[in-house]
Amino acid sequence: MKYWKGIEELESAPEFMQSAFAEFMPVKESHASKDATAAPRRDFLKLMGFGVAAATLASCEAPVRKAIPYLNKPEEIDPAISNFYASTYFTGADYNAVLVKTREGRPIKLEGNPESPITNGGLSARAQAAVLSLYDGGRLQNFAIKSGNGYEKAEVAAFDRAVRSKLAATTGRIAIVSPTIISPTTKRAIAEFAARYPNTTHVMYDAQSASALLQANGGTVPGYDFSRANIVVSLDADFLGTWISPVEYGRQYAMTRKVNRDKRTMSRHYQFETAMTLSGCNADIRVPVKPSEMGQVALALYNAVTGAGGASAYKNDKLTQAARDLTANRGASLVISGSNDPAVQALVTAMNAALGSVGTTINPNAPSYVRQGDDARMAALVNDMNNGSVGAVIFYNANPVFNHPLGAKVKSGIAKVPLTISMNDRLDETGALCQYAAPDSHWLESWNDYEPKRGFLSLAQPVITPLFSTRQGQESLLRWAGNNTTYYQYLRATWRALTPNDAAWDKVVHDGVATGTALAAAPATTAALSPAAAIDQIGRAPKTAANAVELALYEKVGLGAAGCEANNPFLQELPDPVSKATWGNYVAVPRKMAVDNEWEQGDVIQVTANGYTVELPVLIQPGQANGTVGIALGYGRTQSGKAGDQVGANAAPLAMAASNGLMYRNVVTLKKTDATSPIAQTQTHHTIMDRKPVVQENTLAQYIKNPKEVTEYEKVATPDGLEKPNKVSLWQDYQYNNHHWGMMIDLNSCIGCGSCVIGCQTENNTAVVGKQEVINRREMHWMRIDRYYSSDHHKDEFETVGKVGTYAAMEDPSDNPQVIFQPMMCQQCNHAPCETVCPVLATTHSSEGLNQMTYNRCIGTRYCANNCPYKVRRFNWFSYYSNEKFETVNGHMFTDLGRMVLNPDVTVRARGVMEKCSFCIQRIQLGKLEAKKQKRRPMDGEIVSACAQSCPTEAIVFGDMRDPNSRISQLMRREDGERAFHALESINVQPNVTYLTKIRNAESEFFAKENA
Amino acid sequence: MNSIRLRSLPHLLLALFLTFAGAQQAAAQQTGAADVKKEGVVPGATDGATAATAAAPDAGGSGGNGGGGADAAAISAGDALFKNNCAQCHAVNEVVVGPALAGITKRRTVSWLIPWIKNSSKVVASGDEYAVAIYNKYNKQQMPSFALSDQEITSILAWVNAEEGKATATSGGPTVGNAATADGQADGGGAEAGAGKYVDILLIVLVVVLIVLVVTLVIIGNLMKDVLRGRKDLDGRDVEILEQRFDWGKMYRSPLLRGIVGAVFAIVLVYAGVQSVMAVGLTQGYQPTQPIAFSHKLHAGEHQINCAYCHTSVYKSKSANIPSANICMNCHSQIKTESPEIKKIYRAIERKQPIQWVRIHNLPDLAYFNHSQHTQVAGLQCQTCHGPIQNMEVVYQYSALTMGWCINCHREMPVNAKDNKYYDNLVKLHDTKNAGAPFTVSSNGGTECSKCHY
Repeated sequence: MKYWKGIEELESAPEFMQSAFAEFMPVKESHASKDATAAPRRDFLKLMGFGVAAATLASCEAPVRKAIPYLNKPEEIDPAISNFYASTYFTGADYNAVLVKTREGRPIKLEGNPESPITNGGLSARAQAAVLSLYDGGRLQNFAIKSGNGYEKAEVAAFDRAVRSKLAATTGRIAIVSPTIISPTTKRAIAEFAARYPNTTHVMYDAQSASALLQANGGTVPGYDFSRANIVVSLDADFLGTWISPVEYGRQYAMTRKVNRDKRTMSRHYQFETAMTLSGCNADIRVPVKPSEMGQVALALYNAVTGAGGASAYKNDKLTQAARDLTANRGASLVISGSNDPAVQALVTAMNAALGSVGTTINPNAPSYVRQGDDARMAALVNDMNNGSVGAVIFYNANPVFNHPLGAKVKSGIAKVPLTISMNDRLDETGALCQYAAPDSHWLESWNDYEPKRGFLSLAQPVITPLFSTRQGQESLLRWAGNNTTYYQYLRATWRALTPNDAAWDKVVHDGVATGTALAAAPATTAALSPAAAIDQIGRAPKTAANAVELALYEKVGLGAAGCEANNPFLQELPDPVSKATWGNYVAVPRKMAVDNEWEQGDVIQVTANGYTVELPVLIQPGQANGTVGIALGYGRTQSGKAGDQVGANAAPLAMAASNGLMYRNVVTLKKTDATSPIAQTQTHHTIMDRKPVVQENTLAQYIKNPKEVTEYEKVATPDGLEKPNKVSLWQDYQYNNHHWGMMIDLNSCIGCGSCVIGCQTENNTAVVGKQEVINRREMHWMRIDRYYSSDHHKDEFETVGKVGTYAAMEDPSDNPQVIFQPMMCQQCNHAPCETVCPVLATTHSSEGLNQMTYNRCIGTRYCANNCPYKVRRFNWFSYYSNEKFETVNGHMFTDLGRMVLNPDVTVRARGVMEKCSFCIQRIQLGKLEAKKQKRRPMDGEIVSACAQSCPTEAIVFGDMRDPNSRISQLMRREDGERAFHALESINVQPNVTYLTKIRNAESEFFAKENA
Repeated sequence: MNSIRLRSLPHLLLALFLTFAGAQQAAAQQTGAADVKKEGVVPGATDGATAATAAAPDAGGSGGNGGGGADAAAISAGDALFKNNCAQCHAVNEVVVGPALAGITKRRTVSWLIPWIKNSSKVVASGDEYAVAIYNKYNKQQMPSFALSDQEITSILAWVNAEEGKATATSGGPTVGNAATADGQADGGGAEAGAGKYVDILLIVLVVVLIVLVVTLVIIGNLMKDVLRGRKDLDGRDVEILEQRFDWGKMYRSPLLRGIVGAVFAIVLVYAGVQSVMAVGLTQGYQPTQPIAFSHKLHAGEHQINCAYCHTSVYKSKSANIPSANICMNCHSQIKTESPEIKKIYRAIERKQPIQWVRIHNLPDLAYFNHSQHTQVAGLQCQTCHGPIQNMEVVYQYSALTMGWCINCHREMPVNAKDNKYYDNLVKLHDTKNAGAPFTVSSNGGTECSKCHY
């Protein structure tokens, strides 16, 4: 199959693109306006004169465009018709069953696979962005052998011969280092390799290790089922953002938190944590604790839940309340911990056992396999490498030099190993130290199978021929082991028992998921601690001085701890759900610490531990525990590619390598430098203060009392008294005969994960603009998730402090604020202020309720953006696809390779035009057309926007409000006058996006009463 | 003086000739355009075929098929089936690749023909004398097998018989190259064309006569002047009249004339300017040379191959699909294998290098156009936008493909809402509100920006 033979590629053929741009003379944008000599008037006139001439010439002679059909058209491909193939995304962190959308044989978008019982059609932000990584030009494009300081391209056959002979001659241990592998067949291939070279050991490690969790639970992650938990207590586990399987857990969690007038119950979530994580933001009750206190917190909770154990130094009312709720909900409660301290994990396991969670909120038959890394074995290997007992090491998509806390020792160890082979996809920090590089193909180019949980299988199938001269890692291992079968045949052999005939196999390939089991659980190498031993260990833990600054290392929702997606600009520019920072990590400090040390946001400070120092800017983070700082892992790559290099700093070496495993905490010393480095945030500090018209929340108690009183509906003053805002209007109402598209967003279900943001970006060809432009407030995301903090101040203080003083104080978020997320995109107003002010009618209203944006008519006055009350319009300040300033960050729009990821149904917008959310008009049009072709009305759920489709928690419902049976119409009827509200209702722009008030379950009495 | 006039005469003649030629061409184009909707390939043909095949068992069951008594439905179904399956190699009255089919039911029985059409090689292999003979006669070219039902084959034969009758009825016989000849409308068209020709000849004759008259008059005038000059009895006044010359200078200085000429010049300039600016980027009539001299006239016109046979996705996709080489090979692995143009396809396949056709219809990237919306849903014919494609030896861009052109059609064209449940309620709502006004595309929102721009 030759992917470039499609007709659509013509539309972006290089000769055409070039001539199209000739209309605009390249103007150096980078010149500051104060530089008077840069663009003098005569140059301008010359440019203009030539520009006019060039434009005239260019338009007189239309370029000759070619139409190149297939030579032999594959039967299943029709130009301009998308094909979907089931596959699986798993790169060592979170598992997602996906559907790959391909056009003319090239993957352009990933969707969640609704057939999957694990992810149920949801998709994480990382998985959404993964399709871009396929076209990453930074990947190693051929097999290479080191010679001198560089690499020489190698023929695969010669390469294999050399590696085989070297392996055969190896005397010491052979180690294969990889992140967690959940593929039964890959493990079989590794086993075959180990059989051929008997000295082989396979060492897995996770960039964010769960070693202690595995140790306490017999080598697997327990099969948590949050959907059955009334009470969730999380000790530093960001299970909604990054921990183990966030899409699965997020969905289960959201199911317990959807309320309506017939179901006025919801789960309660306690979060004890150091850094402000996504889970902490969603918690009903959040308690900031220092990392060193976590042992005592676990102990105190264990004491309160079991009534056993010794005394704990930690006392907190909220913890007592949590313990009370847990015991009151025996069999419907769940305690989890993200700590990598075996003692804490042992207590958590004991607590769950005592609470009767096993069999209810923990499914003992479906443990998860997505973490298998063993800290002790990895540490032992690093030592062995350094003492010379390792004869060969193979890195299989593993980059320990960068992402393992012992990276420096790995680096020195590699130098002492006689044979080093990298199967990483690029010459990264680790790969560039190895003698042989046999790049692995991308997962979208490969066959593979996965068993994320016992009994749940899924497949990955290639959706494109390998773009480069790469080979699947498994196939490389098989070749070196002397097995010449293809990996596909090898895979089929593994599956022979599960799929005895071709039809059964075809069904699995088609569905992407299957039930059955093939993977043997890795046995726990270290025995679990008994609760008594754990209590003893916690008691003996060295005390941390009260005034010491503690560091908590955490993982970002976008990039992940491994940093393997660092060269994916979509993820770099995805705002952190909490801090809203893009492009880089920073030191998150509590306000008190910043005030005490007189740090301003953006001041660069040095953070030192283990004799290693990083310099990063300060970010004041409400909710960060006092006396602690937080730094994200996964940043600071140096050999990832154009977009990912030198973004932030690598914090992994700051972790504590204790005798019983890695601890993602440490005691650090901080020192201010004179430097400042601005942090690119998309939203700075907004509090909920005065945001009532925008975003609303209330308590569950109030909701139980009267669902009609949880939402405040604003009224406007008229001569006839207070009236609903829509009684007074300048505009005429529209009549919608055909469709009336609408969206409903349940703020109770939205966990703020950002999956929709990236889903929207990949669907709509939105440009990446880079750090400086984000600082200039010119990010292009059509959809953002607004995050508001609560304030400690109230209007009661008007009397004492005065109005102005109180309002000023209310701008400051609380030290441990409540947080609310609100997805915000074009509200598709029926009475749209933007439409009224456009001088050229480039933004108009459609007969289906949409606010249409016509790029080719727009002249860029930006009046519409100024008049938009929601600030959702985005202006193209530059040609993000051709201006060299954006080549590093938006590189995929610059090359033929990268452009393959663009959605051919959506225009790439030119400089000087406005753009905004279109409600995925291309999907609406396609859905309508399919219905018309089949001579029927579109079915509900057939037409969904990219954000709604991606949402793991089904917080976004999209549909036709003219269809009385559609889900959105039913919801509108049910929630009208209860939770449904429009943002800024009083200005009467009548949006087609409706929000549902967030309900918090903050009172402790409720569950006790329910269960009494 | 004379010589000057005489020299300019050829120019005058040439200009006149060109004017008339242009007018004639325009007239011809107009007649062509009017014919478009009537003749050529009918996109709905496949639909008709399936509908008719569904009804065919009845026709077959009642036993009345074969010659003149054939059911009309069966004949029309046969028409579509013939075009889709047989027309690549057969014609009724003409030997194409395979034999002419006129009189086929007289030559062979239907019970012989059915197995032959279904699997001819089997019949040949069975040693059937006639089959072997025809196989050898046509260069041992195998007729491919067709998975047609017995009813479908009989309706094809019914259509062949009906066509054969028509062909003998028209005395002149079909003129090669005119696709419309098969349906009797050709005669009308021919008559019109004939009348047009006479008018042209008449006009040319008149023009020639006029020119001769003018020349004659000028010559006579000059002769008369010379005669008068020879006379001595003229008084001063007469001489003045005789030698009178038009005062060009005075006219040149006249402000009125200057004003008129200036205004006319300005208007013409502005008009031409606007026209040329509006024409920027307009490629109507664009007719590039293609790498292979493929003739739509031959394939779509003479052989009546359904458009969707090659443009496979025109009814289901945004793109109509330029056929891949393997579609050409369906026929050309057998047909005209020696042609240098066909050899180019072979070469492309051997070298694994796709054929680089020159794209004719180039919509800008900012406009979204979907073929299936117009063909499958709206039921438009290909020719509505692409022009008389079945007459084009080399394809050119027939329509302007400007936004104005799109919008005009959307304003005028009624929605094809018949039997489409999508539109049922919309039509009702429209009719109650605007009784009488047609339910056009634009009244259903078809001229809104984001219908085509996103």
